[in-house]
Amino acid sequence: MFDFSYTIWIVLIPFFAFLLIGFLGHKFKPVVSGIVGSAGLFTSWILSIFTAYKYFFDVGKIDGVYQQIIGYHTLWLRFSDTLYIDMGVFIDPISVMMLIVVTTVSLMAHIYSTGYMKGEKGFMRFYASLSLFTFAMLGLVVATNIFQMYIFWELVGVSSYLLIGFYYERPSAVAASKKAFIVTRFADLGFLIGILLLSYYTGTFDFLTLTSPTGPAIGTPPTATFIGMSVMTWAMILIFMGGAGKSAMFPLHIWLPDAMEGPTPVSALIHAATMVVAGVYLVARMFPIYVTVPIALQVVAWVGAFSSLFAAVIACTQHDIKRVLAYSTMSQIGYMMCALGVSGMGGHEGLGYMASMFHLFTHAFFKALLFLCAGAIIHAVHSNYMYDMGGLRKFLPITHITFLIACLAIAGIPPFAGFYSKDEILVAAYHHDTALFAIEYIVAGLTAFYMFRLYFGIFWGKKQDYHHTPHDPPLSMTLPLIFLAFGAMFAGFVPFSALVTSDRLAFDIHTEWIIAIPSIVIAIVGIGVAYMMYLKPTQIPAKIARSMSGFYTASYNKFYIDQLYLFITKKIIFNNISRPIAWFDRHIVDGSMNGISYVTNQASDKIKGFQSGQLQQYAMVFVSGVIALALVFIYLWT
Amino acid sequence: MFEGVPLSWFLVLSTIMFFVGVYGFLVRKNLITMLMSIELILNSVCINFVAFNKILYPDHMEGMFFTIFIIAVAAAEASVAIAIIINIYRRIVNIDVEKMNEMKY
Repeated sequence: MFDFSYTIWIVLIPFFAFLLIGFLGHKFKPVVSGIVGSAGLFTSWILSIFTAYKYFFDVGKIDGVYQQIIGYHTLWLRFSDTLYIDMGVFIDPISVMMLIVVTTVSLMAHIYSTGYMKGEKGFMRFYASLSLFTFAMLGLVVATNIFQMYIFWELVGVSSYLLIGFYYERPSAVAASKKAFIVTRFADLGFLIGILLLSYYTGTFDFLTLTSPTGPAIGTPPTATFIGMSVMTWAMILIFMGGAGKSAMFPLHIWLPDAMEGPTPVSALIHAATMVVAGVYLVARMFPIYVTVPIALQVVAWVGAFSSLFAAVIACTQHDIKRVLAYSTMSQIGYMMCALGVSGMGGHEGLGYMASMFHLFTHAFFKALLFLCAGAIIHAVHSNYMYDMGGLRKFLPITHITFLIACLAIAGIPPFAGFYSKDEILVAAYHHDTALFAIEYIVAGLTAFYMFRLYFGIFWGKKQDYHHTPHDPPLSMTLPLIFLAFGAMFAGFVPFSALVTSDRLAFDIHTEWIIAIPSIVIAIVGIGVAYMMYLKPTQIPAKIARSMSGFYTASYNKFYIDQLYLFITKKIIFNNISRPIAWFDRHIVDGSMNGISYVTNQASDKIKGFQSGQLQQYAMVFVSGVIALALVFIYLWT
Repeated sequence: MFEGVPLSWFLVLSTIMFFVGVYGFLVRKNLITMLMSIELILNSVCINFVAFNKILYPDHMEGMFFTIFIIAVAAAEASVAIAIIINIYRRIVNIDVEKMNEMKY
């Protein structure tokens, strides 16, 4: 058996890079931290590629089944013989695939940032946080048990918070980082309760035990029920709530668009390719259990489908290019969730599972590419807004080509990566539930439309008067763009059905043209509409906006979800719960404590004269006491 | 040597010595005098020990041992006390106990 224990270093190297940059970075020039971070990650990347090669093509498969291997394992915290928490490296198809995704995108973001963040104040802090994030994300994907996953889950939350609030002098960035942290923390409350429920009833945290077909969760599930649903359903829905928070599913999505306040490489790495798919990964990791609780799986499917439609509609009306990309991310993650929700277990039944992981993989490439391109564009024109851009194709040729590739990939035009994965998702949805298929089909059209609205608006359209001629970014930034563009072009040819499947057995897929052709058609229709509306400045968009002004305004204002949250928190929760509790705290709790201290204070003030410092006075009292006691003993003690 | 002297005489003597000592400790302001009063109290106890031992348990020696022990301890205690008093005198040029009221609330 091949020894996978070296894989722990994939996780630990970024951690050491974080320590090195965080504690010693200020002693060197800023560029050193960039080199240390990138070099560390490069090592991790090489190790991940090696692991993937070894696992998928050499030793991972026994009798056609990919094995679940514990590469490294240590007892971390021991409470009793039955309650203990392990740390380790779990190697199976999805974790190896995630290792590749995380290290690749992270490496690209690291290299890109050496150019993008050049000269920024806090360059070292940026790299330290980036390394911390990478460490946490890698720890999350290789978790051997749900508690380790939860720990790293929170760590990615913290590092995301640090990076969103990177420009901490800007109030909007501070607000955005707080919002992201609080919303995801709120979701993680559900996650934690879910973990506790699950582990209480099954007696284990371990994924291997939990997902084994004869294990305590699947073989002999607990029979307890609560309000008409089995306890397992509740646990899985609550765990999904944590995943929904991290993956920005409706209605916990409100933090993601605001998280775009962070530097663009961070948006590419954390809020597009890696952290936000942690929720999908979580559901995929627990998938064998989800299959046994159809209600929870149904929730996953519908939340995913609704989020994808909801976000796609909003994305069509936004002007901030990073926000459009943020909503597009939310929409694509909805796709992945929906695919998991419509999947079954094993063979062709598990098509949705495979498609979801496939889409996660391809999406990481083209979405990271889109964000990095957006960074290059913002770098060139110093604005986030579409109406400040136009006609940039002459100035930014490399960015233009790579952005176009990414747009074609996300729109699902063959042979780019997005087509293959999206097609599999549509097939899976079609065979499961026509309503879900219809939603996803519409979303496919909307995706093509809003991406090409962006593309035409930025690179074609009316030329703006730029303060200085925009130009392509330096090599350190274009190199990742080109690399990821290759990923976006060719990632679709990876034979996922032979590598990553629900039961870890290979199965045959074939393109179902009856679904593939309509999906290409609707993508082309979307592109065509965008072409007509945005290639040259026309009056059509304004006319359409006016003809459905109510809907347009609602979509432009993100359907007032933020306002709804503010109303619920500020008007209802603050006034009716927080204020009375604060009053109780100040007046009753603090009051009684203050009362006790006041009484003590006054009493001691009254009797402190007793301690006069006069030795003979003390002696007098002592002697009087002795005499009094003596009299008591002599005359009263009978 | 003290054949025929009843026990009560010794006890009366030691009681008088004890209360003279207590009175001196409580009333006199001079630290040296107070120290002497303490010696009086200790010695009255010694007399009690010796008298009880001699008259009630002539074949035991514990009372004698305790007395010698007390004398030794008293000597040590007196030397420490005098050292403290000398230090106090050097500091405030006074050995009046009422002036020594620094340690109060």
